[in-house]
Amino acid sequence: MNLVILWTDALLFALMLCLASLVWASYRLEHLRRPWRRVIRSRPAMVAAVILLAFSATGLVDSIHFRQGNNGEVSSLLDRWLTPFRTRVEKTYSAPLATHLYSRQFLQLPDGRTVWTRPRLKFAGAHLDDPQDKWSDIARIALTGAGKGLAVWLGLFVFVAMARKGRPPETLPWITVALTAAVLITGTCALYALNLEYHVFGTDKVGEDVLYQSIKSIRTGLVLGTLTTLVMLPFAIGLGVLAGYFRGWVDDLIQYLYTTLNSIPGVLLIAAAILMIQVYMATHADRFTSLAVRADLRLFFLCLILGITSWTGLCRLLRAETLKLREMEYVQAARALGVGHFRILLRHIVPNLFHIVLISVVLDFSGLVLAEAVLSYVNIGVDPTTYSWGNMINSARLELARDPIVWWTLAAAFLFMFTFVLAANLFSDAVRDAFDPRRVED
Amino acid sequence: MTAYLIRRILNAFPILIGVNLITFALFFMVNPPDDMARMQLGQKYVTEEAIDKWKQQHGYDKPLFYNGGKSGTAKLTETIFFQKSVRLFLFRFGRSDSGRDIGADIRERMWPSLAIALPTLLLGLAVNTSFALLLVFFRRTYLEFGGVTGCVVLMSISALFYIIAGQFVFGKVMKLVPISGYDSGPAAIKFVILPVVVGIVAGIGSGTRWYRTLFLEEVEKDYVRTARAKGLSETEVLFRHVLPNALIPILTGVVAILPLLFMGSLLTESFFSIPGLGSYTIDAISRQDFAIVRAMVFLGSVLYIVGLVLTDISYTLVDPRVRLQ
Repeated sequence: MNLVILWTDALLFALMLCLASLVWASYRLEHLRRPWRRVIRSRPAMVAAVILLAFSATGLVDSIHFRQGNNGEVSSLLDRWLTPFRTRVEKTYSAPLATHLYSRQFLQLPDGRTVWTRPRLKFAGAHLDDPQDKWSDIARIALTGAGKGLAVWLGLFVFVAMARKGRPPETLPWITVALTAAVLITGTCALYALNLEYHVFGTDKVGEDVLYQSIKSIRTGLVLGTLTTLVMLPFAIGLGVLAGYFRGWVDDLIQYLYTTLNSIPGVLLIAAAILMIQVYMATHADRFTSLAVRADLRLFFLCLILGITSWTGLCRLLRAETLKLREMEYVQAARALGVGHFRILLRHIVPNLFHIVLISVVLDFSGLVLAEAVLSYVNIGVDPTTYSWGNMINSARLELARDPIVWWTLAAAFLFMFTFVLAANLFSDAVRDAFDPRRVED
Repeated sequence: MTAYLIRRILNAFPILIGVNLITFALFFMVNPPDDMARMQLGQKYVTEEAIDKWKQQHGYDKPLFYNGGKSGTAKLTETIFFQKSVRLFLFRFGRSDSGRDIGADIRERMWPSLAIALPTLLLGLAVNTSFALLLVFFRRTYLEFGGVTGCVVLMSISALFYIIAGQFVFGKVMKLVPISGYDSGPAAIKFVILPVVVGIVAGIGSGTRWYRTLFLEEVEKDYVRTARAKGLSETEVLFRHVLPNALIPILTGVVAILPLLFMGSLLTESFFSIPGLGSYTIDAISRQDFAIVRAMVFLGSVLYIVGLVLTDISYTLVDPRVRLQ
């Protein structure tokens, strides 16, 4: 059992650390604390924040990888927790909460006859003697699971309430946050308990649990949404600030650079780059020993390429803002006092661009998660072996044409993706409303 | 105006050269033609002769930048860079890796793309501006709150789901229109309806929200207050004063993407199997036909630059204060 650190793991954790320290640092500055308070006061934003936190936590747990033995497969901490979901593989399709397979097969009875019927599932509902009373069993399991979840939530609630006792009341809408957490925790516990005995979202073509796939996909979406930003920010901030501050030929050069990159159709640039990586990987197959490493590297490259194609918009915004800032009196005063260019940029210009960077990063996040699905459909997204909502949709598309139709893979991917993106959208709206100086008045 | 146009066209050249260099670097320098040949012919058990033959057939057997074996200008022209990249400037796209004439393919396939993209854009524009106007008209009511929430919800759904749901409901369950396919001439209409409707619905969320912010910005301005002060009704204010002024950024935004409509939509076309340029590109990507991808990248950049120039011109047309120098 060795800890394996994949590229995206390391970067994801580094990014989370950066983010946490940035939020902490900005919370200590009064002029940035005010907009954060506005975000915290907003109820939809806090509901969204709790959901986003839950999703991020899942993604982070899924980013701690181990290798079994010396040459074994790489699996994550989440995989180990969800081992019962992962290993209970049925023969083929089964509907949500079903006890029988979805398709009919010839079955050999003990007395030698063969019948054309739908056989019982190997794992789901196997503890039932009579599949007829599965609904009462499901209700019992779900209720006990939810009850345990409620107990966990109560414990948490009491703990937080005790810890906060005596402190001045905060602006945070506590009741909203507590209720969201209650729904999330009880729901998760009920789902977990149920999925130990059944397949809540059914199984796919090779009999794999769909709920497990959806949960594993969270990490892919999270990595793409955040790492792309990490790649994009140095380009956007560095070049934008330089172009706006120095003007002249530096400005011309940087403008030329981003107009050129912008004029290439984004999808085609991504496609070209991914094709090149495929060729590279195919010719250097010996360098990619394990499947997980290979898939991870492709995900990393995808972030890299998405980042390279998407820094131009933010760069233009930052350039315009820097053009405005450099004429401000305090910057001129700094220049008159003999402060160097580098110091002016670092102390007087970049910190004042914080709100633009924050707004654009938060707004881009949901778009990137959505883009992943589209790219995977065009086969230029993540590796086909990586769990992602895009890959799930891609495989489920043809299942709708089957008769009878198989809808649950699509439904599960839709549900998870929609929740994630909606939460991100609601949160980013609140952040934009709070930080955009043009909107603060109303 | 003419001087401006000439300058813009001259300005476009460095950008196109840049695009060309980037694609060239991506396609030929990261992976030499040998690797491409091996990929096309299958990974294992490929002989050197087979690779050489493939390279010769597709014109990849020349040096990258400089051919020392030839004399005169042929030293520069008999290279991959000249043959495959510089020729794009003359819109000579050459032959695809499977041997078809790319230029002819593009001319044939741009019409189905346009037949889908143009109605989607225009009808979508009409629908989005109407919804946005409604939201602005009912501002500060529950109706607006509901509408804006609805927009966020619609925005959070992936375009894939709109297409899949549209095909399933209208094509499979209700059997109103064919699920996918295309036909030439007027018979194409029944194939066009569903993609267009799906495209419009998928764009309502973000479009309406964006136009609403444009309208709201305009509503706050002084001339609107003046119009109200002289006793105009809210409807008159909205339609006579706010709408024309807010249309300026909307229309110029539309002009910018007009040329790109030729390129078609990758997703819609491949889902509805419409023989346009979008599905052409997708097929090329999945077949790893680099010649087509290269041609499409170049075409896309040219159209993007044309869009930028058109935007500038349209600004002078709708807003007399803007002058081009």
